[in-house]
Amino acid sequence: MIELRGVKKKFGDQVILDGVDFVVQDGETVALLGPSGTGKSVLLKHIIGLIKPDAGQVLVDGLHVAKLKRKELAQLRYKIGYVFQNGALFDSDNVFENVRLGISDETKYSDPDYSRERVAQVIKLVNLPADVIDKYPSELSGGMRKRVGIARAIVGEPKYLLYDEPTSGLDPVNSDIIDGLVERLSDELGVTGIMVTHDVRGAFRVADRLALLSGGKIIMQGTQEEFLASENPKVKEFLERDFENPSNAAA
Amino acid sequence: MATAATTSDPRVLIGRAILGGMAHVGRVSMLVVEIFRGLKEVRIWVPRAFDEAWNIGVGSLFIVLLVSAFAGGVTAYQAGYQFTGSLPYYVVGTLVVESIVLELGPVLVGLILAGRIGARYAAELGTMRVTEQIDALESLGRSPASHLIIPRVVAGLIMIPVLVIFADIVGVGAGLWAAKQVLPLTNADFTYGAQYFWHPFDAYYSLIKAFFFAAAITIIPCYMGFTTGQGAEGVGRSTTAAVVSSSVIILLLDVVLAKVLLNS
Repeated sequence: MIELRGVKKKFGDQVILDGVDFVVQDGETVALLGPSGTGKSVLLKHIIGLIKPDAGQVLVDGLHVAKLKRKELAQLRYKIGYVFQNGALFDSDNVFENVRLGISDETKYSDPDYSRERVAQVIKLVNLPADVIDKYPSELSGGMRKRVGIARAIVGEPKYLLYDEPTSGLDPVNSDIIDGLVERLSDELGVTGIMVTHDVRGAFRVADRLALLSGGKIIMQGTQEEFLASENPKVKEFLERDFENPSNAAA
Repeated sequence: MATAATTSDPRVLIGRAILGGMAHVGRVSMLVVEIFRGLKEVRIWVPRAFDEAWNIGVGSLFIVLLVSAFAGGVTAYQAGYQFTGSLPYYVVGTLVVESIVLELGPVLVGLILAGRIGARYAAELGTMRVTEQIDALESLGRSPASHLIIPRVVAGLIMIPVLVIFADIVGVGAGLWAAKQVLPLTNADFTYGAQYFWHPFDAYYSLIKAFFFAAAITIIPCYMGFTTGQGAEGVGRSTTAAVVSSSVIILLLDVVLAKVLLNS
């Protein structure tokens, strides 16, 4: 279980998170919605310990992330796959090396037969052609880079998957492919997922539950039906804006 | 108005500069600790260090030899201009060898590589920082120190002294050639002068300087790249800061090492 209790974070004078309370139960996929710049990615980075909160607690499987020692944090990170917004693939390594780095077990990582087989397996799982493993990130399209990023996140068989805007910058067709992939991985791998997005339609398709971050706080959590029925003006404004957006409507 | 008056107060500005400098020193020290911690991950950093060593060594050899040859040649020409008739010619050998080995070889190579290697490291790591590649590495439970910093630092600590050895040899050779163009000097005269004031420690001193300069050329740019701010502007700022600060540190180290190793 992932739990955030009263998490606060400021960068300089700018308050990003102002007391976030948020719980994700094992096995569920939650979409974290919100307009750009509201701190969704910052929240996600707190969960994996890339950012420490100024106040409050981030708990993963009961462990206080900000207080973990180096080795404990590394062990925790092996349980979490993180899909970065722009892939964050290593430019100087080919796809095989990029994905292989996600194998957390050192013995398996060092075993060339295992790592080649495992990388090929996840490359297939994310619907990429087998010959992509020898290519470099610069030779891939945006959608392919995102899928390699997902492959790297799942190759270590994580318990949790955190997606940071997996469909941003993609055309509607590729967005649909990625949403379908997230949905399929959730079903097939049974991982607990948090997907940060501002694409409401994608979130409705993929998530069991939704949460809306606004003004540094989670202002609503609930199912798709509860969101659609909400009278909260900020929720209504966010949903209406997204559904009126032609690019999202096409997705 | 009160805020503006406070921020323009020289005492405040000096205090901030001192605190900022101390913060940098503290963070660089923490990076060095990370480097020592990561050294045990030999399997990760050794193959990458070979690639980096090749880049530093082969990639920098031409510019290093060019600069050292010019330095040796110019030193000999100037000696020829100043020494005509007043001192024995073999002193040119002394001057060229001591100037190149003790000072010009390591310092010029250091400053050239601060630009070539330092800028590259800061820009590479800075770009990796702003494109979240370093975050990605950390999110995978892997140490950025053993993957990114140790290979660069170790390669520099090994290859930069090697380049300085080449620079010393080529600089002295160019000095001999240039001296023979302007003075009636024989190889034997030059060699006699070179050996007259030569101490074996001079060669070690050149390498010790090269080693310290290598640390400045690699660690400071890695630190600057690692702590890059947002966007292309952040990368540009880190790259500039890396070259300027590592060059200044090289000059400071030059003074400190001369005082400690030659005058103590």
